[in-house]
Amino acid sequence: MTTPLHGRPRALRLAAIGLGLTALAAGFAYTAGWIGNERLTPKRIIDTFEAQAGHHPGYRKNHAKGLCVSGYFQSSGEAAGLSSARVFSQARVPVIGRFAIGGANPHSPDASVPTRSLALQLSSDDGQQWRTGMNTPPVLAVGTPEAFYQQVLAMTPDPATGKPDPSRLQAFFAAHPESAAFRQWAKDYKASDSFANSSYNSINAFALIDAEGKARYVRWSLLPQTPFAALPTQVEDNDYLQHDLRQRLSLGPLRWTLQLTLAAAGDAVNDPSQPWPGQRPTVDAGTLVIDQVDAAQQGACRDLNFDPLILPTGIKPSADPILAARSAAYSESFNRRSREAAQLGARP
Amino acid sequence: MKPVAFHPLARLLHWLMAVLILAMLFIGVSMVNDLSPRHTWLVSLHKAIGLALLLLVLVRIGLRLLLPQPPLPNDLPSLQRRAAKASHLLLYGLMLAMPLLGWGMLSAGGYPLPLQLPALLPHDLQLYALLRQAHGWLAYVLFAIVLVHLGAALVHGLVRRDGVLRSMWPGPLRKD
Repeated sequence: MTTPLHGRPRALRLAAIGLGLTALAAGFAYTAGWIGNERLTPKRIIDTFEAQAGHHPGYRKNHAKGLCVSGYFQSSGEAAGLSSARVFSQARVPVIGRFAIGGANPHSPDASVPTRSLALQLSSDDGQQWRTGMNTPPVLAVGTPEAFYQQVLAMTPDPATGKPDPSRLQAFFAAHPESAAFRQWAKDYKASDSFANSSYNSINAFALIDAEGKARYVRWSLLPQTPFAALPTQVEDNDYLQHDLRQRLSLGPLRWTLQLTLAAAGDAVNDPSQPWPGQRPTVDAGTLVIDQVDAAQQGACRDLNFDPLILPTGIKPSADPILAARSAAYSESFNRRSREAAQLGARP
Repeated sequence: MKPVAFHPLARLLHWLMAVLILAMLFIGVSMVNDLSPRHTWLVSLHKAIGLALLLLVLVRIGLRLLLPQPPLPNDLPSLQRRAAKASHLLLYGLMLAMPLLGWGMLSAGGYPLPLQLPALLPHDLQLYALLRQAHGWLAYVLFAIVLVHLGAALVHGLVRRDGVLRSMWPGPLRKD
């Protein structure tokens, strides 16, 4: 055993140990984002939503206004050869869902928002889950989280009018020519009068993995079996779409066809702003049947995070950076509203 | 007769877990701030290592109870002796609590679990909030205790030179 150090050598070694620990702590602080350049984080995106739409404790931080539904998915068996996921072969898969309108304000009038969404959780009998969040537009305006953040900033409501500044939006779209397909969609979009006759699109691409391990990229859409009718030009009811859905479900179940669109070589599978050319082969994987609506904002869907990366074996994410960012931001939103629910007893 | 060093198996587990725990702390604070595709990969890695650490800590607690420990040096002041005991107890407690909190919070959040493990707790949003926050805050406490532990080990090894660091040395032990 050697003797303890004293004097200068002792001081030097203590200083070296202190320096080493400080370096480790600094590395931790840098990794956590406490020091160093400001980065685009899930927290910053959700902060921006809340800064624009106001703080609404307990609500989802985007697509805040919605309602819970339930039903089942009837697989056609036609996609079973493309993916080993049990949902594509099981006859009847229980589904929990949520219809919502876009935006972070849970009190927006239903008819004021062009974007609508449907989020689903399919629970197959092999114990696996598939969660997917789908929107009415088939593409996004941009293909990266950074550009998406710039788009959110460009849509900041002008305090004078309460609406986004058109010149700022125009400048954003001019700087982002990849938004052409989205702008075309927005131009041609005719709002329907119901959640029931809207189409919902996965936007991001995913890989279906068959039993042999072969991967094929797809996007999916839910195509309504309810015929289109245009939204009336004057809508007085703030909760028009919710009341409509209740009314329709009181008369019987509503159906959508789950259609998979298969990418060809060279199609943009990692860029949700780029549509795939028409004439791509499609497969009708089955029928979504929604037969029940829960109380507004209540029900089983409320306490779920519809993270689009919760996928069963047989479906894998693409390398689309927006897909990863959605997953990260949904998680931040879920954590934040769960804290609000716990602290304030805030339950929308 | 008390040994001068920890059992080789205890030393192996200590260093294996030291590397994994430090990695977990960095992965954890990194992934919650990341929205690139790396986020997805880090979350999967965090769950896998967390599960491995849960199994390792159970083995380690068993070994700790079964094997004799080398004593602390006789000349160590009683305050430091008590600090050592308390920090080791806290480390064991956190090593066990962190993976269980992770498993519990995923259960309470209604998330599917890796390897289709059963849910530890019912799906409950307010319970999720509590466990998720505890998981985050206790990670900071764990990192702070790891720093203290590392600092103390280095002072024992480089300044006091009293054989404490050598008793946990990862390589073969030199004979004096």
